Amino acid sequence: MEVDGVKRVGDLLTRLKILPGTVLVIRGDRLLTEDAAIAIGDEIELRSVVSGG
Amino acid sequence: MADDDTGDQTAARIGAAVKCTRCAEPAEVKLRAHNSAFCRDCFVFFFQRRVERAISHERMFSHDERILVAVSGGKDSLALWDALVLQGYDTIGFHLALGIGGYSLRSREKTEKFARDRGLRLEVHALTEDGLAVPDVIASTRRPACSACGTMKRHHFDRAALEFGCAALATGHNLDDEAARLFGNVLHWQTEYLARQRPVMQPRHPKFVRKVKPLYLTGEFESATYAFMRGIDYVVEECPNAAGATQLAYKAVLDDLENRFPGTKLAFVREFTERASAAFALPEDHETTARSCDECGMPSFGALCSFCSLRAEVERRQADRAGRAGAPAAPA
Repeated sequence: MEVDGVKRVGDLLTRLKILPGTVLVIRGDRLLTEDAAIAIGDEIELRSVVSGG
Repeated sequence: MADDDTGDQTAARIGAAVKCTRCAEPAEVKLRAHNSAFCRDCFVFFFQRRVERAISHERMFSHDERILVAVSGGKDSLALWDALVLQGYDTIGFHLALGIGGYSLRSREKTEKFARDRGLRLEVHALTEDGLAVPDVIASTRRPACSACGTMKRHHFDRAALEFGCAALATGHNLDDEAARLFGNVLHWQTEYLARQRPVMQPRHPKFVRKVKPLYLTGEFESATYAFMRGIDYVVEECPNAAGATQLAYKAVLDDLENRFPGTKLAFVREFTERASAAFALPEDHETTARSCDECGMPSFGALCSFCSLRAEVERRQADRAGRAGAPAAPA
């Protein structure tokens, strides 16, 4: 999925309607906080942390 | 951080805007409930210290005791096992292979790899060996998947803890699990369940061991973060039977509250444990599993324990079905 026009992780999560704390935001081998800057061309993995049954 | 970078230059390079609360290096994780942010090294320290504090505060177990760690292959149980090993506890991992198709195969594979890479003792029992793979049990009995699965897990965890001489059984139930369970129990005022919702359950029979939840105040975001930072390769996918589970609906409500009011889940579970749970304690003479199961010898309420009753039900229904399939057709 491609998302344009977001400058920070928090904006990305808001755009995708994902609550912070329910996903790990991964770029390369690092995690990103909500305040972290992201740029055009960044590949970011959003990995759900929610489990249950 | 690169040798010739300042902390600010490193922060700019990796796009981090927040600094670690402990060491002021660029933070990799922010925990609003704790009003803190951490770099990788400090988060690993923070996580392990929280686990250790839960163990000592609730007197879960000591370094002189052997602990059976129930490991599913998911983030929580593997993170817990990793933290216990690093803290020098004597552990044995126990994995119950549930027989739920590719999900169970991948879960077992990741658990075995985790143990093999670290030279840890892992015991595995496959439900398929008993003819009780979860899908077969569900098809035979029409019981809810999580109910049947829970019955089989409890039996095998209890049996394994006894067989391997463990003083306690540790599971990876985390703060989110406990908050969702507490929420459900309160919504329906399940007072007997509230009585049993504790980070430590003392055994009520000589063949049972203490059951403990060292992650009961550690959120699943934190255990996922720890697993990622420690390079633990865990099963990310969800159990296919969990889709639509009530607990997930409760978690969604609590996640929304947590987002508005950080720290809600932590206060909910911690304050219940410290201030309210005693009000629901069961009387000493409450019905206990005083008998032994005629089949397996484990504690039971009746002639058969829950697990052996389930197995008998599966066998009976499978025999009925086989009988119907082999019966001669009725005359026209």
